[in-house]
Amino acid sequence: MNPVLAEYWPYLMLIVVGYLPNEIWRVFGLVLARGLNEDSEIVMWSRAVATAILAGVIAKLILFSSGALDTVPLPVRIGAVACGFVAYLLIKRSALAGVVAGLGALLIGGSLFTH
Amino acid sequence: MPVPVTFDSSSAAFLGGVRRAATSVFFPVMMGTYIGIGALAHDFGFSPWWLALSTVLVWAAPAQVILITAIALGSSLIETAIAVSLSAIRLFPMAVALLPLLRGPETRLYHLLMPTHFTSVSMWVESLRYLPGIAQDRRIAFCNGLSTTFMSTAAIFGFVGFYLAAGLPTLFAAALLFLTPMSFLISTANNARMMMDRLALLLGLVLLPLLVYLEIGLDLMWTGIIGGTLAYAIHRLREATR
Repeated sequence: MNPVLAEYWPYLMLIVVGYLPNEIWRVFGLVLARGLNEDSEIVMWSRAVATAILAGVIAKLILFSSGALDTVPLPVRIGAVACGFVAYLLIKRSALAGVVAGLGALLIGGSLFTH
Repeated sequence: MPVPVTFDSSSAAFLGGVRRAATSVFFPVMMGTYIGIGALAHDFGFSPWWLALSTVLVWAAPAQVILITAIALGSSLIETAIAVSLSAIRLFPMAVALLPLLRGPETRLYHLLMPTHFTSVSMWVESLRYLPGIAQDRRIAFCNGLSTTFMSTAAIFGFVGFYLAAGLPTLFAAALLFLTPMSFLISTANNARMMMDRLALLLGLVLLPLLVYLEIGLDLMWTGIIGGTLAYAIHRLREATR
């Protein structure tokens, strides 16, 4: 590969296989949302679908972790999420308290059970 | 109905959005997440400027992680593009649910271009929470203030992670990756005041592992369509019988 191309290759990749395939869904959303009222049924349904996909993303990131999180055993990951959620419910529904508690549980569990 | 918050000017509304972002749980979460992504980019040999550009252009943490890993491991172009695109499907229903909240009688298409690009979990969750309480004509400025703050925080902490990378122990890196699912779960539950939202959340959490176990392809898409439609249908039935 010629040196100029080699230098800009990662940037070209960023546009072609990163930006475009990601952005297209936002643009589809813009196109479909035209003419829709905020109280319309399609908007309600979209909200339910988006919430369910988001829940799927959460489940996927915890159950089928990649990278460094994969080194923490599955029961620890699930336990830590549960700790975080319970802490959120108990501590005045504070999202920050829940995230901090979950993080703490993961660090403690991870240092005890990761080899 | 509470009286909507009105701002004197667009810049006041923008600043209101900045303040909301700074007090949001996503503010510290964004710092941690992008320290993690910065470290990942460093380990795989990307430049910090490439990472910053990907944060501004892609603006979706899961897609950025996929992109960095795939390019570094030499996956084929088409494979990488498909993986990124599949992870981004959620942005479609999110934009459809969000943009009608922003549009008023005076809104032109180009006013919606920035919010469309900014659409991501953090801004979506906070926008759905606060926009209904804000006067219609100030919503776009508020949303842009909120999103710009999140995005610049992410870009800056990408650099921090990049230069911290060498000293990051594995467990700490794991904890940073854990921030995304933990904060997504709590903030989505926090926003789920309607039964429909709670149901969609619960169904999604249960359906995804089930679909993966059954080895059904496009598991995220089906989780969304099946779980979301069920939650919506039950909500409609309850409304109808009331």
